[in-house]
Amino acid sequence: MNLAELTKLLEAKVCYGEHKLDSQISFVCAGDLMSDILVFSQPHALLLTGLVNVQVIRTAEMLDIAAVVFIKGKKPTEEMLNLAKTKGIPLLTTQKTLYLSCGLLYEAGLKNVTLSTGKAEIR
Amino acid sequence: MNEDKSNKDIKLEYPIKGMDFLAAGEASSNIKHTLQLIGFSPAIIRKVAIAAYEAEMNIVIHGSQGVLKTLINPAKIELVAEDTGPGIPDIELAMQEGYSTAPDNIREMGFGAGMGLPNIKNCADEFTLDSIVNKGTTLKVIIYNQ
Repeated sequence: MNLAELTKLLEAKVCYGEHKLDSQISFVCAGDLMSDILVFSQPHALLLTGLVNVQVIRTAEMLDIAAVVFIKGKKPTEEMLNLAKTKGIPLLTTQKTLYLSCGLLYEAGLKNVTLSTGKAEIR
Repeated sequence: MNEDKSNKDIKLEYPIKGMDFLAAGEASSNIKHTLQLIGFSPAIIRKVAIAAYEAEMNIVIHGSQGVLKTLINPAKIELVAEDTGPGIPDIELAMQEGYSTAPDNIREMGFGAGMGLPNIKNCADEFTLDSIVNKGTTLKVIIYNQ
């Protein structure tokens, strides 16, 4: 699905990135610990998080994340918005919880980001 | 930042300040940008960016100060993160997924999941970690362009 459809599904508000709503999203990762998120290396995935600080944008940048959705109505700060604009990463906010957001996206057919560690692949 | 283009290798060097969470990630961002300009593949760039960012965050969280050095040539990218932090008493333990000594205030910022070092190792083709308690830690990572 593209980011516009995803925005509708999560009843999300676009904080930055209106011009990128046609970006295709096929994978999702979610969490509040960025070092847990940094193990995912599928490019162009969506990041769902309840964490609000600049390091979320940095993490998204390093992983080539397609867009970030903040849950439970959390909004990015001015610093985060500025960095996201520089890096071209759309930021959205939804009133829904992390669990519900993940559930809706999973139900819509979006896949888990494959976790590739030194051991086995976890799908 | 020093950029030395002699001998075809590109050397980048960034000082990293401990506990400066606002600037944290800028060095890795610059490294990533440089690799993009050179034209490395996105998969290689992502590996280097993740390793560099985790190493940079480790210095910010644990090291009082340090430096992140990068040596780039067509065959490989080498990252060296040196800090004058508290050192790691038990490297084997520190390498275990989920083991973290980061305090609660760091976890509230989204770090200290105990995944940093294992994740760096996972991105690396060669990984060396040397540490002396109360002196500091040196991490060396090589990622081959293949």
